[in-house]
Amino acid sequence: MSENNIDRSLILEVEDLGIDFGGLTAVNNLSLKVYNNEIVGLIGPNGAGKTTVFNMLTKVYQPSRGTIRLCGQDTAKMTTVEVNKAGIARTFQNIRLFQNLSVIDNVKAGMHNKITYSPADSIFRTRKYYDQEKQIEEKAHELLKIMGLDSLAEISAGSLPYGGQRRLEIARAMATDPKLLLLDEPAAGMNPQETEELMDMIRFVRDHFHIAILLIEHDMKLVMGICERITVINFGMMLASGTPEEIQSNPAVIKAYLGE
Amino acid sequence: MMKNFFSKLFDQKLRSRTISYLLVIIAFIILQLMSSTGSLSSLLKSLLVPVCCYTVAAIGLNLNVGFSGELNLGQAGFMSVGAFTGICVSGMLASMITNPVLRLIIAIIAGALIAALMGYIIGIPVLKLQGDYLAIVTLAFGQIIKSIITNMYLGFDENGLHVSFVENKVTLASGGKMLLQGPMGATGTQRIASFAIGIILILCALTIVYNLIYSKSGRAIMGCRDNRIAAESIGINVANTKMLAFIISASLAGAAGALYGLNYSTLVPNKFDFNTSILILVFVVLGGLGNMTGTIISTTVLMLLPELLRSLQDYRMLIYAIVLIVIMLVTNNAFLQAKAAKLRESLIKGKKGAKLS
Ligand SMILES: Nc1ncnc2c1ncn2[C@@H]1O[C@H](COP(=O)(O)OP(=O)(O)OP(=O)(O)O)[C@@H](O)[C@H]1O
Ligand SMILES: [Mg+2]
Repeated sequence: MSENNIDRSLILEVEDLGIDFGGLTAVNNLSLKVYNNEIVGLIGPNGAGKTTVFNMLTKVYQPSRGTIRLCGQDTAKMTTVEVNKAGIARTFQNIRLFQNLSVIDNVKAGMHNKITYSPADSIFRTRKYYDQEKQIEEKAHELLKIMGLDSLAEISAGSLPYGGQRRLEIARAMATDPKLLLLDEPAAGMNPQETEELMDMIRFVRDHFHIAILLIEHDMKLVMGICERITVINFGMMLASGTPEEIQSNPAVIKAYLGE
Repeated sequence: MMKNFFSKLFDQKLRSRTISYLLVIIAFIILQLMSSTGSLSSLLKSLLVPVCCYTVAAIGLNLNVGFSGELNLGQAGFMSVGAFTGICVSGMLASMITNPVLRLIIAIIAGALIAALMGYIIGIPVLKLQGDYLAIVTLAFGQIIKSIITNMYLGFDENGLHVSFVENKVTLASGGKMLLQGPMGATGTQRIASFAIGIILILCALTIVYNLIYSKSGRAIMGCRDNRIAAESIGINVANTKMLAFIISASLAGAAGALYGLNYSTLVPNKFDFNTSILILVFVVLGGLGNMTGTIISTTVLMLLPELLRSLQDYRMLIYAIVLIVIMLVTNNAFLQAKAAKLRESLIKGKKGAKLS
């Protein structure tokens, strides 16, 4: 596989992004680029504003300043739903699964906009309904296999162990067929072995689906292990940006993490 | 082959559906047999159609409250819309369509459609909001519909429909007839409802709700209930999804109302008041949110019980209360449900084991 064949087009372009909550400026002057087939880390101490960045990218919060472009398209006027349709999918720091749905139904729910049959098709159980349900059943199993959850497909999502729930969130997000996947602390609560497996899975997802991944994580082993580039923020401001090696030896970053 | 069949039968989705259908069909057969041998009291007989109607309305409400997670306090309002629409349609078509079954079916469909339209209209502004606004608005809707129909005089003659909100302002050509008469509601309605149609309506309602639940729409409906933000993050439009559940719920109430209205020669608008809405909600909550079989059982038991216990006089309400509590415990108790689930699991394992050996 030659490096030249890999699509490195610009997927996400963030410029001077900022948001205020009342008097508090949670994020300010943040600029960020993510290219296709790339895994980028977004790190920073607790309360730095990382999750807030994800919430702005997915329009859970409306940014106060700055622009977000996805594949060149400005998302300023888009809603959360439209941003997802345009190609951004995410997971949540505090897991947000559909607890009462089965594991596989969580993934199928992610394929909502890929399905074209109507409610009437489901009520009258038309050919179209059966065909598409069969298709998404296969696709859902494929995603569950990748995330190591296929044997648990029929149990309810709420009864999955913690690590499984985090992986299911990734599977559900991937079911929407995104261009950019946002992972908010995917390894939180996992033991070292689970984290190791998760790293392989994230790499596999990127290689298999050819997407861009932006991830927030406190586990430095994971971040340094799989990210090609890292952006560090502190108090909502960009502190540093570079390769893992550059970040690890950056005095400002070390100071922010170790405190004074 | 056999094993496949068993595991399919015990597949949770198929099982709950099969049990619901079987329950309704078996109840129908038993009641028909009893009725033909004359062992059914006239009182009980008179309750058969109403029980069917309330079951259908409750099945609809369970989609709205149980699956969609939105409180609806106006299900009786939608029944009312369906009932008086059905009565009017049937009255207008009486000379044109003499086949009562066909006329009943048309009236039921009309009732369902008008109720769905009402649901759509009130759903547009409300379902965009988060929180329990639907409860407040449906509550108001029930009251408003009652007031409107209580003040409505509707007549029908060869020139078409005549509406007035002032008493006796409707003058009809000879041969015309009054369909609605204000607080007296509808009188002289031809009673074309039947128990068999009621049962078929229940089966249709079950099919609609189950087919919807086990599809793209159902996953979206339950997803929006379980986690609104997550649902939006995967591209599900929450307002549209909740609207779908609400409209189907309203239309089932409308259909139920039409059948109900055509079961009596007179029907007053006061019949469908707030208490009736709460009663249907009680059937749903006691039967278990999201549990269709439970809804059917609780509706039937709670409607028949007061009548069956009439001979016990003073103890009647006491027993009624005890039954209420028992139903609630059985259908909504996590411990008992876990036990039942375990029992089922061991049953499946037993079956599979037997097939393997
Ligand atoms: N909706 C909100 N209203 C007010 N303040 C908010 C809101 N959301 C976030 N904040 C504030 O913004 C700041 C950044 O929060 P954020 O959750 O983005 O941090 P984080 O970097 O994800 O931290 P952690 O590593 O602990 O997850 C915090 O001070 C937080 O209190
Ligand atoms: Mg965070």
